[in-house]
Amino acid sequence: MSPVSLRRWSWIHKWSSLVCTVFMLLLCLTGLPLIYHHEIGQLLGNEVEAPALQAGSAPPRADLDSVIAAGKARYPDKVMMYMSQEADEPALWFLTMGAHPNDPKFVSIAVDARTARYVAEPPIEGGAVMAFLFHLHVDLFAGVPGKLFLGLMGLLLILAIVSGVVLYAPFMRKLEFGAVRHGRTARLKWLDLHNLLGIVTLVWTLVVGATGVVNTLADVLLQYWQATEIAAMVKPYEGQPPPGRLASMQQSVARAQALQPGMKVAFVAFPGTPFASPHHYGVYMRGDQALTARLYKPVLVDAATGQVTDQRTLPWYLSTLLLSQPLHFGDYGGAGMQFLWALLDLATIVVLGSGLYLWLKRGRAAKARAGAPAPAAAAEPALAREGEAR
Amino acid sequence: MSAFRGLWGMPVLLGVLTAAGLVAGLLGDGWWDAVAVAGLGIPVAVGGWHIFKPARSPH
Repeated sequence: MSPVSLRRWSWIHKWSSLVCTVFMLLLCLTGLPLIYHHEIGQLLGNEVEAPALQAGSAPPRADLDSVIAAGKARYPDKVMMYMSQEADEPALWFLTMGAHPNDPKFVSIAVDARTARYVAEPPIEGGAVMAFLFHLHVDLFAGVPGKLFLGLMGLLLILAIVSGVVLYAPFMRKLEFGAVRHGRTARLKWLDLHNLLGIVTLVWTLVVGATGVVNTLADVLLQYWQATEIAAMVKPYEGQPPPGRLASMQQSVARAQALQPGMKVAFVAFPGTPFASPHHYGVYMRGDQALTARLYKPVLVDAATGQVTDQRTLPWYLSTLLLSQPLHFGDYGGAGMQFLWALLDLATIVVLGSGLYLWLKRGRAAKARAGAPAPAAAAEPALAREGEAR
Repeated sequence: MSAFRGLWGMPVLLGVLTAAGLVAGLLGDGWWDAVAVAGLGIPVAVGGWHIFKPARSPH
């Protein structure tokens, strides 16, 4: 690599890293407990579990209208916003209810899917501590602009990783893979560790970084989808008043399921929420295979008649969003993957921290040199010189 | 061993393993998850070995 391009890439690496490092450290530190949010929730007693039923015949399925009635009995003044089911917990329905279909102060209620009995009201976002960490990680308590800002920082991280790989060659040309030079300066040792951990975690950090950036676009992508496809699906209803009485959920879901055999309901959006329309239930189905369980198929049901009016496959950008979530969360490969996710997160913290350390030390070395006559090799960045010296 | 393979052989191998592990986990459960853990685990183990291996004296 020519000295000019080396200096250029060093400059890119330095500044792209410096700008995003503080935020990336924050994301790594808050992300670590989020990897284990289910386990932490269980420990804190914030996780809802379905009550054990008497063993015996196949578990019954309660009528969905009586599940909704259980929520209404608890909150007679609130309307239904969503009802959802987690793929690994078919025994529970989670009802989201609010004063109106877009109430930011919604409540979440767990109802037994077999008996239609009220189970619990889990704390929103897993309790105060997890919610705090979650917002620091996702939007810095600044909503969509906060998300997009973190997305921009993620793009800088990707630039830092790419420039780091470019610089890996000149630094490692004369070294064996994994060489860590102990016993010379501390800075040299940390330079080697930075290079080693950086290159070992490369693909993971790139994937988690890129999928994180995609996740920051979630709100924007959903808004675009609502403005285009959902708007097109409800076009025939323009000008009509919203239905006075809502059709049976049990029947609506049964009709949606008849059209999509083998798929299960992931969630239902009620009329007036962003995932439905004022005239429709949005029934979102998912498959039963590992891959198809991640992707939703929306079926629109007329909320007055209970008849299916439209069904579509998700556009590519929403499929990308949904598939990028597991790749960011690391929640799709069991406890082993979770643990490796935590280790790789810790390794990334070391890469970020050592990068910061190398920059601070470099500044000090440069300052010390400023008084003395410039050495002959000063044309090359100090970082590179020290790395190549053998 | 060529200079290119000496420099990039290991990084490319570990990168391919990581990518294969990340994708395998998405494709299914059970055995697929085991492949995912191996794909992600080997690079972590290699990194850990080089950090904690006994230090050789500088020459």
